Amino acid sequence: MLFIFLTVLKRDVLLSWRQGSAGFMVVAFFIIVTSLFPFAVGPDKVALAKISAGIIWVAALLSCLLSLDRIFHADYEDGSLDQYLLAPCPLEVIIFAKSLAHWVTANLPLIIIAPALGITLNLPTHAYGMLIFSMMIGTPALSFIGALGAALTVTLKRGGVLLSLLILPLYVPVLIFGVLCVEAAIAGTQVSSHMMLLAGVSLFSVALAPWAAAAAIRVGLE
Amino acid sequence: MHKFANPARFMRIAKKIVPWSFSLGFICLAIGLYGGLFVAPEDEEMGEAGRIMYVHIPASYMAMAGYIAMGISSVMSVVWKHPLADLTARACAPVGAVFTCLALFTGSLWGKPMWGTYWEWDGRMTSVLFLLFLYLGYMAVWNAMEDRTRAAKIASIVAIVGVINVFVIKFSVEWWYSLHQPASIITSEGSKITMDILWPVLVMIIAYKLFFITIVLWRTQSLIMERKSEKLEGRISALREKGYY
Repeated sequence: MLFIFLTVLKRDVLLSWRQGSAGFMVVAFFIIVTSLFPFAVGPDKVALAKISAGIIWVAALLSCLLSLDRIFHADYEDGSLDQYLLAPCPLEVIIFAKSLAHWVTANLPLIIIAPALGITLNLPTHAYGMLIFSMMIGTPALSFIGALGAALTVTLKRGGVLLSLLILPLYVPVLIFGVLCVEAAIAGTQVSSHMMLLAGVSLFSVALAPWAAAAAIRVGLE
Repeated sequence: MHKFANPARFMRIAKKIVPWSFSLGFICLAIGLYGGLFVAPEDEEMGEAGRIMYVHIPASYMAMAGYIAMGISSVMSVVWKHPLADLTARACAPVGAVFTCLALFTGSLWGKPMWGTYWEWDGRMTSVLFLLFLYLGYMAVWNAMEDRTRAAKIASIVAIVGVINVFVIKFSVEWWYSLHQPASIITSEGSKITMDILWPVLVMIIAYKLFFITIVLWRTQSLIMERKSEKLEGRISALREKGYY
């Protein structure tokens, strides 16, 4: 089981790495969305600093949404998904591996680039650590809940909009607590309660979303 | 319970219930509205504007109860593969969505004179807004899929996952500092509202509930008939292909 888990994880990460352009595009999208905000609200440094945490989190959330359909769609088209169903290993484990691979390939690059965007948005310097840390513990929830959404809509031809409609409401707790963490760090108030709630949301979705996603895939491939 | 799985029996029972639930609901609505708008004393703090309560509380209550009904039907459809449960869950969604809209709308009208704002991004309001999005997503799943049995299963997963939000709504006033007042009708120490104000609210809740039951039964009946007519059409076109028509 561990072998299959590691194989799927490695395969997905390698596929995304070697295809290159898709992963790069997500990062580019992240940068572009973030850079739209200074145009929209004006280049006022104080105002930007105030909303910088929120901008980065919203942009990360949207970029993540953009890359969700690649979790299952290619596998569905070339038939690998049917093979996963037949594999001598619970589908939940494979979905866990695939969600984790999505986090590594789609969210980790965003976390790495986020501090640079923080500079452009005039994020106070003492909040950088918290920004990275909150994204590290919060974004797994985005990948795992997102995998659930991708599983629900994998058999649809135009599932993209439906996927966003289903998933974005579920992303809201991550957004709320993620931004609260960074804002508390900026203000210098206590962070731990927000961080624990954020970690709770993450752990909750990591633990439960693969089951729901596996159920959805089994239904979809019937 | 499996007795009601038979659509024909369900239709017979529903036809008997609907006239009663409709007329009783109508009477309760009339009594509740009269009681709320004319008989109940004016609220000390809120004045006449407090009377929005008689429309707002039952609507919010039914917005959540509708989602729970949808969730329970979905669980039944997943666990017992109950074909009627799919249809009742599907029938609940638009009705619940309309109650959610009504709750948000009346809430914002009430918020203006009370809190000085139509909308505030606090836990209660935001989570109810997301309840509306969940209803819309659920309905979108049904619309997006041609294959009805598959749509039913996917939609029930969506509905069950979304039930979490109902608990978030319920406890949002306790978890977050909020403009919205905490639970006052059902608490561990009994109701905090005096009886003269409470009774029209309760009557209105019963009225809304009966209205909900009536509409859901109506919609389920029409969904059963829709499914029947789809099947018949399929059969006719199959016959046509064979050259019988």
